[in-house]
Amino acid sequence: MAHLDTTTNAGQLLAAASGGRRRRGDRIFSNTAVIAAVTILALLVGVAAFLVAEGFPALTASSADLPNHESFLSYVAPLAFGTVLAGVLAMIVAVPLAVAVALFITHIAPARIAMLLGFFVDLLAAIPSIIYGLWGIFVLGPAAVPAMKWLEEKLGFIPIFEGPASITGRTMLVVGLVLAVMILPIISAVAREVFSQTPRKLQEGAQALGATRWEMIRTTVLPFGRSSVISGAMLGLGRALGETMAVAIILSVSGGVTFNLIGQANPSTIAANIALNFPESSGLAINLLIATGLVLFAITLATNFIARMIIARSEVQ
Amino acid sequence: MTPPPAQAATLSTRSLLSGEGSRGGSLPSWAPWGAFVGALAFCGLVEAALGWFTIALMVVFGALVAILAIYAWSRPIEGARRAKDRAVTMAIVAAFGVAMAPLVSLLYEVLTRGARGISWEFFTSDARGVVGGGGAAHAIVGTLIITACAVVIAVPIGIMAAIYMNEYGRGPLRRALTFFVDVMTGIPSIVAGLFAYALFELFFGPGIRMGIMGSIALTVLMIPIVIRSAEEVLKIVPNHLREASYALGTPKWKTIVKVVLPTAFAGLVTGVMIATARIIGETAPLLVTTGVVDSLNTDPFQGRMQNLAVYAYNEYRSPGVMKQASYDRAWAAALTLIAIVMILNVIARLVYRRYKTEIR
Amino acid sequence: MSSSKWLAVFAAACVLVLGLAACGGGSDTTSGTSGTKESSETESGGGAPSAEVSGEIAGAGSTAQQASQEAWIAEFENANGGATISYDGVGSGGGREQFISGGVAFAGSDTPLSESEGELAKAIKRCEPGELVEVPNYISPIGIVYNLPGVEELKLEPDTLAKIFNQEIEKWNDPEIAKENPGVELPDIRIVPVNRSDESGTTENFTDYLSKVAPKVWTHEVSGEWPVKGGEAASGTSGVIEAVSNGEGAIGYADASQAGELGKALIKVGNTWAEPSAEAAAKVLDLSKEDPELEKGQKNVIAFEIDRKTEASGVYPIILVSSMIGCTKYKSASEAALVKAYFEYAISPDGQKLAAEAAGSAPLSPALTKKVEAAVASIE
Repeated sequence: MAHLDTTTNAGQLLAAASGGRRRRGDRIFSNTAVIAAVTILALLVGVAAFLVAEGFPALTASSADLPNHESFLSYVAPLAFGTVLAGVLAMIVAVPLAVAVALFITHIAPARIAMLLGFFVDLLAAIPSIIYGLWGIFVLGPAAVPAMKWLEEKLGFIPIFEGPASITGRTMLVVGLVLAVMILPIISAVAREVFSQTPRKLQEGAQALGATRWEMIRTTVLPFGRSSVISGAMLGLGRALGETMAVAIILSVSGGVTFNLIGQANPSTIAANIALNFPESSGLAINLLIATGLVLFAITLATNFIARMIIARSEVQ
Repeated sequence: MTPPPAQAATLSTRSLLSGEGSRGGSLPSWAPWGAFVGALAFCGLVEAALGWFTIALMVVFGALVAILAIYAWSRPIEGARRAKDRAVTMAIVAAFGVAMAPLVSLLYEVLTRGARGISWEFFTSDARGVVGGGGAAHAIVGTLIITACAVVIAVPIGIMAAIYMNEYGRGPLRRALTFFVDVMTGIPSIVAGLFAYALFELFFGPGIRMGIMGSIALTVLMIPIVIRSAEEVLKIVPNHLREASYALGTPKWKTIVKVVLPTAFAGLVTGVMIATARIIGETAPLLVTTGVVDSLNTDPFQGRMQNLAVYAYNEYRSPGVMKQASYDRAWAAALTLIAIVMILNVIARLVYRRYKTEIR
Repeated sequence: MSSSKWLAVFAAACVLVLGLAACGGGSDTTSGTSGTKESSETESGGGAPSAEVSGEIAGAGSTAQQASQEAWIAEFENANGGATISYDGVGSGGGREQFISGGVAFAGSDTPLSESEGELAKAIKRCEPGELVEVPNYISPIGIVYNLPGVEELKLEPDTLAKIFNQEIEKWNDPEIAKENPGVELPDIRIVPVNRSDESGTTENFTDYLSKVAPKVWTHEVSGEWPVKGGEAASGTSGVIEAVSNGEGAIGYADASQAGELGKALIKVGNTWAEPSAEAAAKVLDLSKEDPELEKGQKNVIAFEIDRKTEASGVYPIILVSSMIGCTKYKSASEAALVKAYFEYAISPDGQKLAAEAAGSAPLSPALTKKVEAAVASIE
C-alpha cells in the first residue's frame, strides 16, 4: 500500500500544478467519495444504535426474566456454535472447490468454453438464496438420506458421522453443503476475476523458466490472487454465517452442542433462530433475539479481523 | 499460453541443466480421458463387488483413483514434474466437475419444477380477488421496483466509498470504514428489516409499510457487498496505468473515471450482480417492511408492495388445500427470480462488451 | 474517447443525482403521498354499512390463518371492488403487537390476548373510546400424521401419544402401541417424532392438549416453543409435512388439512377413537366454557378455555383455535365499516365454508356463529 500512497501524492502534485479547474474537479470528486463514506458510517451508527437499544434489555435482564429461564450466555452459546460450525463446514467444502473452478476457467479450459463458463459461474453467483433453500429441502435433503446412512454404517467410528443418521435429511451436513454450494460461485467469481488479471509477464516468465502449467500457477497466479481469494472467501463466509431462510427451512434444530453432523438433533444458527422465533415473540423475547444478533456481529467481525491479519501477513512477504 | 519460440531454448537448456522435466516421451493425447474412464469403471466394479454401489460414490472414488492413475502412468514416461502437473490438472478438472454437479442439478430442478407453474396469467395478472391462485405480476413488479431502488441507492454510495477507501482514504476515516464494512457484512437480514422499520416508524408512526422501506433494508445488506467486491477489483488495477495517466497531467478524478473504473469495470459489474442477487431473494426483511398484498402497486412511496421472494416463501409456507399448485407457483416465482437476475446479468455484460472494445 | 466521456457523465450522474435524489427527494414524495393515503381512507365508505364498502385496511398475525385470510380477502375484494385488504402472516405475536401499537386495524392470533405482559389491558386501551372485539374465527384440527407404509390405521391413546413425543417409546413395535392396534403389523423401526422448529400456535395447542390429558407423562410447560430436545424439527406446517413424508417411521403434528397422503392417527377420546375431522373439531368449542380471565369483563371478547379432556363421542380435542382481534370504534367511520364488513364476511357461513375449502378449517358451529355475530355487530 505504501507505494500507492506515494504515487497518489505525486499525482496530486501534478494535478495541482496543472490549473484550478482541474483542482475543483478533484475536490468535488473526492468530496463526493468522502460523503459516500460518511453516509455509510452514519447508516451503521443507526443500525448499531438500534441494535444496542433493542438488545440491551436482554443483556441486563436477570436469567429468571428471560423466556427460557436461562442466562443469555447459555442461550446464545449453542447458537453461536451452530453458526460457526455451519460456516466452517461450508468453507471447508467451498473454498478449495471454488479455487479449482476459477483455475479451471482461467487457465485450463479452452478460451471459448472458458468465457461461457465464466458467464455461467457469474450467473450462479447471482441465484437468490431462497432458491438454494428450496433446492436443499426438496432435492439435496432427500438425496442425502442414503448417503448419510452409508456414512453412519461405514464411517460411524468418526465422531462427526456418529449417527443415528437422520431419516429426513435435515442435518447439519446438508446445511453445510447447501451453504457451500451457495457461496462457491461467489468465491469463484471473485477468484476468477483476480486470476485472469494476473500479469501476463509473470506467467510468461515462469513458463520461460521451464515451469509446467501447475508450477506456473503455483508460483505466479496463486500468490497474486491470494489476498483476493481470502477476501472473496470472507464475502462468502459472511453470507453463510448470516444466511437465514435457507437454514431455517432446511435444518432440524432441536439440540444443544454436538459435532454429530448427520443426526436429527442439530444446533441452530443465530440468524435462523431469529427467523424461526421472531414471528411469535413479543416483549423481552424480541430483545433477546436481537441481542443474539449482536453476537453474530461479533463473530463476523472476529473472522474478518483474522482474515485481514492473514492478508496483511501475506502482503508483507 | 505456450512459450514463444525464442524462449523454448531456455526451457530445454534449463531442463537439461536441472536434470528434470521431460524424458523425451509423452502420453497420448487421450490419456487424461482414458485414465478417468478406466478409473470410473474400476471403482464401479469394486463397489459392485463390495455391494456399496451408488453413482455418487463411483464418481467420487473414480476421480480420486484417476488422479493417482494418471500420476503413476505419466511419472515413468514424462518425469516427476510433468506427472505432478497432470495430476493437479486432473484434480482441478475433477473438482470443477464436483462443484458444477449440484449447481446444474439446482438449475435443472428450478427449470422443470418452475415450468409447471409458469403460464401467461402468471406474468400478466395479480392475485386480487382470486382464491388460491392468480398471477404474480404484482410480485414481479414489486421485486423490480424494490430492487431497483435499493440498487440506485446502494451502488453509487458503495462504489464511491470503495473509491475513497482505495484511492483517497488514509487515517482514521479509512480505518473506521474498513472496520465498519466488516461489521456490516454480519448484519442478519431480518435485523436490517427491523432497523428499516424502526427508522420509518419514527417518522410515519406504527404500522407503516412501503416499498421504499424494503429498499432501505436491502441497501443496508447490499452496501458492504458492493464495497468489498469493488475494493478488491480496484486494488488490482495496475499502478502503472495510474502513473501513466498522471504523467500526462490528467487530474486524479479524471484518472479514476477514465482509467481506473474502465479497467475494473468487469469486476465491478460482477460485484454489483452478486450484491443484487443477494438482496433480490431476501424474504425476512421484506416481510416486516413491505408487507404482503394481492394487488399490483407501482408506487414505492405508498402502500404495501408484494415481491417474488416473499411470494415464493408464502406459497411454500401456507399452501392451503391445493398444495401442489401452490408449490408450483413457489417454484415458478423462483424461476422468474433467476430469469430476472440472468437478464440483468446479460444486459450488464453487453454494456461492458460494447464499452470494452471501445477503450482499446 | 467519447465513450469515456459518457462514462464520466454517467458515473457523476449516478453519484450526485441518483444518490441525492434517492435520499433527499424520497422523503418529500413520501410525506406527500402519505397525506393522500389518509384522504383516500376518509373519502371512501360514507354509505350505509350494508352497501359496498371501500378503502384500505391492513391486518397481521397468525400464519395458521394465512391461507384462509387470503381466500376471504380475495372473495371480499370481488364483492367490494373499492376495498383493499391485506394480511401479513408475521406470526401471532407480531400481529398482536402491531395491533396494540395501532399499526394494523385487525390481528389474527392463535392464542387469545392474555394478561401476561399486559397485552390484554394494552389492547383494551388501544381501542378506547371503543371496546375490544376478539372472536374465534378459525378452528382447525391438528392431525397426528405418520409415515408407516402398510399401516393404514393407527390408534393412539393420549398417554402413548405423549410418550412417543416425549421420546420414551422408541420403536414402532413397542408393546404399548401394539396393544392398542391388534392385528396391525407394526415394523421394527425407530420412531422419529417431528416437531415444529419455529415457535407456533400449533405447538402451543398441542402441548396444551398433552399436558391436560397425559399430565403424568407430559410434565413440560405449555409453550409455543417445543420443549423436548433431540427430536427431528422442521419449520412451518409444510416443513413438518415434508419431513414426515420423507422419513419412514416419522410422526408429527400438523394442520390436518395439509396431511395429504399421510396417515392420520385416531386418538382415544373417552371410549371411542376420534378422527381429526372438521365436525369433530368444531364440536369442541360447543362443549368448552368461556374463560372469564381471558375475557376480563369485555362483552365483545369471546375466548374459550378449550375442553381438552372431554369424553364425549364424535369430538376431536386436538384443535387450534385462532381469533380475529379488532375494535368497536376506529379513527374514521369508513374504516370501522370496512373492518365490520370484513369480520362479518369471515365469520359468516359463506366465509367459513370458503375457508374450509381453501384452507381445510372447521366451520364454526351454528351456536357459536350466533354468539360471534353479536360481538361483531357491535363494531360501529
